[in-house]
Amino acid sequence: MSTIDLYVPRDSGALSLGAEQVAYAIGAEAKKRNIDVRVIRNGSRGMYWLEPFVEVVTPGGRVGYGPVTVKDVAGLFDAGFHTGGKHALAHGVTDEIPFLKSQQRLTFQRVGIVDPVSVQDYVANGGYQGLRVALAMKQADIVQAVLDSGLRGRGGAAFPTGIKWKTVLDQNVAQKYVTCNADEGDSGTFADRMLMEGDPLTLIEGMTIAGLAVGANQGYIYLRCEYPHAYQVLKEAIAAAYQARYLGADVMGSGRKFDLEVRLGAGAYVCGEETSMLESLEGKRGEVRVRPPLPAIKGLFGQPTVVNNVITHSSVPCILAKGAAFYRDFGVGKSRGTLPFQLAGNLKQGGLVERAFGLTLKELLYDYGGGSATGRPIRTVQVGGPLGAFIPASQFEVVAGYEELSAIGALLGHGGIVAFDDTVDMAKMARYALEFCAVESCGKCTPCRIGSTRGVEVMDRILAGVDSEHNLKLLEDLCETMLQGSLCGLGGMTPFPVTSALKHFGEDFRGRARH
Amino acid sequence: MQNLAPAQREAVLRVVAANRTRPGALIEILHGVQAELGFIPPGAVPVLAEELNLSRAEVHGVVTFYHYFRHSAPGQQTIRVCQAEACQSMGTEGLTEHVKKTLGIDFHETTPDGKFTLEPVYCLGNCACSPAVMRNEDIFGRVTPERFDELLVQWKRGE
Repeated sequence: MSTIDLYVPRDSGALSLGAEQVAYAIGAEAKKRNIDVRVIRNGSRGMYWLEPFVEVVTPGGRVGYGPVTVKDVAGLFDAGFHTGGKHALAHGVTDEIPFLKSQQRLTFQRVGIVDPVSVQDYVANGGYQGLRVALAMKQADIVQAVLDSGLRGRGGAAFPTGIKWKTVLDQNVAQKYVTCNADEGDSGTFADRMLMEGDPLTLIEGMTIAGLAVGANQGYIYLRCEYPHAYQVLKEAIAAAYQARYLGADVMGSGRKFDLEVRLGAGAYVCGEETSMLESLEGKRGEVRVRPPLPAIKGLFGQPTVVNNVITHSSVPCILAKGAAFYRDFGVGKSRGTLPFQLAGNLKQGGLVERAFGLTLKELLYDYGGGSATGRPIRTVQVGGPLGAFIPASQFEVVAGYEELSAIGALLGHGGIVAFDDTVDMAKMARYALEFCAVESCGKCTPCRIGSTRGVEVMDRILAGVDSEHNLKLLEDLCETMLQGSLCGLGGMTPFPVTSALKHFGEDFRGRARH
Repeated sequence: MQNLAPAQREAVLRVVAANRTRPGALIEILHGVQAELGFIPPGAVPVLAEELNLSRAEVHGVVTFYHYFRHSAPGQQTIRVCQAEACQSMGTEGLTEHVKKTLGIDFHETTPDGKFTLEPVYCLGNCACSPAVMRNEDIFGRVTPERFDELLVQWKRGE
């Protein structure tokens, strides 16, 4: 009998629901029954309500079972799941599951499918085609391809990636750097983590292409320390890429050098801001730098530096492999290509949805998300992390694109969507936004450092029903100061959740019982 | 400032030696020291400053800037409960209250028997499986007060 291939994710979401124990139990049970299985540890397919999601390779394709607990394992073997047998937890062929089937996975094409640390598996599934193409191109042509693709920074700022790269390429300096901002600190976002845990070689390939394009031979991934599993997978993948000579002194036999290293953050949200991240990479306090100069001109250690988010870097291999036009033809308006949306919080079906720009919040929340987990009406969503605006249910028809959201005073950010049901207290959420800013402020500029603390105090008075109208006016005034006067997005955007909560849910702020 | 115990000093110097040639390595070195000693002893600051040719103020500034670096020894196990928005939408407020009551401590405190330290954390990237909790480097999703109690029994046994 031939070996049966089984997939059990090593993604931290799956691990958080017991995947490690399930993988162990499957191995033990197979041994007991004398069945020859190979358990491969993949990333997550992004259907977290089904995790731990176990897949079996059958002649008809990969079939999935989930959510699997240790208690289910013996029963699954009884049902012959290792040959695709019927079981209450069976979901049929994974690719046919509606949540996945309707997606357009370009950046996430291999996540959950390959063994994340196998170069062989990566190449067999289309990996390193982009780098191969890039090695045959002139530097300016690589930059032009990225520019033509319409790719914009996926970290949240949405700056055209090609323009950034061109600026770095144009600097006539020997030492340049490529950095990856993997300080994914926004609540409700986990696309970076999923990609790094599920297909890190795509990120490694993307950064290598960036290095070739701008003439940098050293890359750094700045990873938040809250992601120990991603750290482990990245280190294994980088070692494998060196071993197979996709990194190092002679990338793919081209004679070109590119070295890559992971550096850990230490729990500072503000280090997701690019200049703060550079300070931190230099081993300093993560205080925001005054711009100009731009990092593309004077970045890491004062040298020209590409700073891109994980998803931005990871979108590049596909653009090079399939052409700029292929990527650009997805999307609407100025939002080109696809975005991995992350459905989080109070949703029945949380997970990752990569689709071309153009679908509405409503489609994401109900068609994919299946409505709230608690069964109560969804009252609001916060899009784009702790600095994103709260959007009321009356605006769920909005298209989830950069310009479309900005037209209603919201922002897309990194594409994380956190749903709240009707039990949410929006005044408390506003207070939390200010408190978060107070905890995480780097302290360099006054509106952010002091404004956030004063904001918490004002919110406490509003929550206590003290002199509401006067304090609400004060709050709006304070938000205006932070918005206009802060050095970076932390202080400058904290007003978004506060003022949007006040605008759409004023009833939660007014007329609170006086204590 | 208290002096470093000889074993601590040795550990600090070992970490420095392993990282000395890496550019901008202070944070990596602090991670190394904390991995070895469980925290950054105040006495390590002047040693690091001298070894890395930095001022004490610079080293102290970095140590105190980052939430992750500890200034005192933690309990045997560190429990982190996510406080961010996605976990709030799934009831982390109630869970946090339950955890504090069960352990009998507040955030940033350690149980009197030295077993558990409790810390808040702002997002573990497990937002589709909220609320999320981390014990040392292990992550747990969809943690209800009941599931926390089950886990705590295992953790107390050292599992």
